[in-house]
Amino acid sequence: MVNLMTRVNSYNAVMARKSEIMKASVGIDYQDFESGGIAFDYERMMRETGYSLEEMIKIQSEAGVGNTPLLELKNITTLARKYAGPGKGARIFLKDEASNPSGSFKARRSAISVYHAKRLGYKGVIAATSGNYGAAVASQACIRGLNCIIVQECYDSKGKGQPEIVEKARKCEAYGAEVVQLSVGPELFYYFLMLLEDTGYFNASLYTPFGIAGVETLGYELADQMMKREGRLPDAVIATNAGGGNLTGTARGLIKYGAANVQIIAASVNLKGLHMASDSQFNKKSFTTGHTGFGMPFTTWPDRSDVPRSAGRPLRYMDRYVTVNQGEVFYTTEMLAQLEGLERGPAGNTSLAAAFSIAQAMDRDQILVVQETEYTGAGKHIQPQMTFARENGIDILAGNPKEEIPGNNIILPHHPGLIKAVDLDMLDLRESYVRNCIENTGIKHPTDDDLVFMAADSKTSIEFVKSVIERI
Amino acid sequence: MKAKKGDWVRIYKVILTPNQRAPQVPEDTSKVPMELWDKGFLINDTAEIGEEVTVETYIGRKISGKLIAINPSYDHNYGKCVPELLYIGRQVKGMLKDGESDDKS
Repeated sequence: MVNLMTRVNSYNAVMARKSEIMKASVGIDYQDFESGGIAFDYERMMRETGYSLEEMIKIQSEAGVGNTPLLELKNITTLARKYAGPGKGARIFLKDEASNPSGSFKARRSAISVYHAKRLGYKGVIAATSGNYGAAVASQACIRGLNCIIVQECYDSKGKGQPEIVEKARKCEAYGAEVVQLSVGPELFYYFLMLLEDTGYFNASLYTPFGIAGVETLGYELADQMMKREGRLPDAVIATNAGGGNLTGTARGLIKYGAANVQIIAASVNLKGLHMASDSQFNKKSFTTGHTGFGMPFTTWPDRSDVPRSAGRPLRYMDRYVTVNQGEVFYTTEMLAQLEGLERGPAGNTSLAAAFSIAQAMDRDQILVVQETEYTGAGKHIQPQMTFARENGIDILAGNPKEEIPGNNIILPHHPGLIKAVDLDMLDLRESYVRNCIENTGIKHPTDDDLVFMAADSKTSIEFVKSVIERI
Repeated sequence: MKAKKGDWVRIYKVILTPNQRAPQVPEDTSKVPMELWDKGFLINDTAEIGEEVTVETYIGRKISGKLIAINPSYDHNYGKCVPELLYIGRQVKGMLKDGESDDKS
């Protein structure tokens, strides 16, 4: 134990204590799963530190989580078909995850983390998040009788806060959590580490095996609901992608159900050109999650997270990755409210906006499932978010969203036929992942184990990995 | 405005001054301090806005900082009317009713 009186809390001193703080606060010795190189035993980590699917369903259901409705979006499907060719236009279904206790699928992740923290005897939980996950941890901590601290990146240097994040703070406080709000910058992690050290609380990270495995029930549940309802599995499932946990957990759950052949599509809001750690650009974006600013770096290098090895490894499962623009998601949010009678939060509709476009190229008898929605409310709604955008100098117009420039304007599609999901080059992403493995570890001559690991982690082959390395 | 012991207040403090910030932050961010806001019940007997105080947070943690608000409230809302959004509902409903779209480009 470090003596409280002599502990040095400068940025560098705290960061140097990172691994011991992490070990004490997540109760996992990641060293057990390391190979010493690029590879680590991902599946053994998931198996030995986590819970079985049956256990997770039980833990979640006793905390009111899961078993959310699977809704067919008949009107949106009809509309999409107006832009589809003959015989085209898949049926679009939506998993209404907003029905979870804290209003998003994140309740699934926090239910397992908080249960685990309680079981290990921690008195409280801490999570670093500006998003729905904070509300989810606060809500579950409440149910299990633990203290909760949520650390948010909320304000720019002028003290101006993102309305969506301010709303998240309110929701966490509604559940009795303490909310620590910080200005923009990656040093949030530094303060987070000090809090873990001072309180001895559990790090309810989004990226531990518990945080990821908790989403497996979502994939499993949607496959099961579809089988019961339609007597068949969906052809594709689309997930909004940021840190990668949503996609990873959902895909793993589908595999556990026996639905390994379902196409897994990632969707993110295109925020190209905006720097995530920039004070002056912080309030130029209208999405605080589900965007490329998290989605791209986490897909091509998952171990950038707040734990030594992220359990969210989206590229392992991803078949396709598309982006949509902010204006397209706002339009879709309004469309969902006005055609289907479902008023939901914009960020969660990222994958729905992409689905509207993707379904048009799929066959009419195929099924595409959008696997989440999130709650909406003051601050976290298209109107306040667009009002805020306008106050920050962003132009709002109707036109072709293809011409949208993040941080400059928001272009609502002039008509729904202009909503077009844009494919990212999967080979590029898989290649970047391999390059990052080599560059970030400094290992120039990977072992056979490393090659096998990189091939699995990038959903490629050993030959592909070797060919990328040869070109570095 | 004076706060008294036990009042629910909001505090502010600087965590890192610009020269203490992490080396990797972008230039604009490196010029400003890393700031913190938190809330709690005032521990000092009395305090004026702007004074250094200690509070007990809702979960019972103690933290110090500058007093900036007494009985802080939320001021986020549903924003202003965004007229640019008003066509969407009529457009999509109209298209379903008509059974055809006016533009397939």
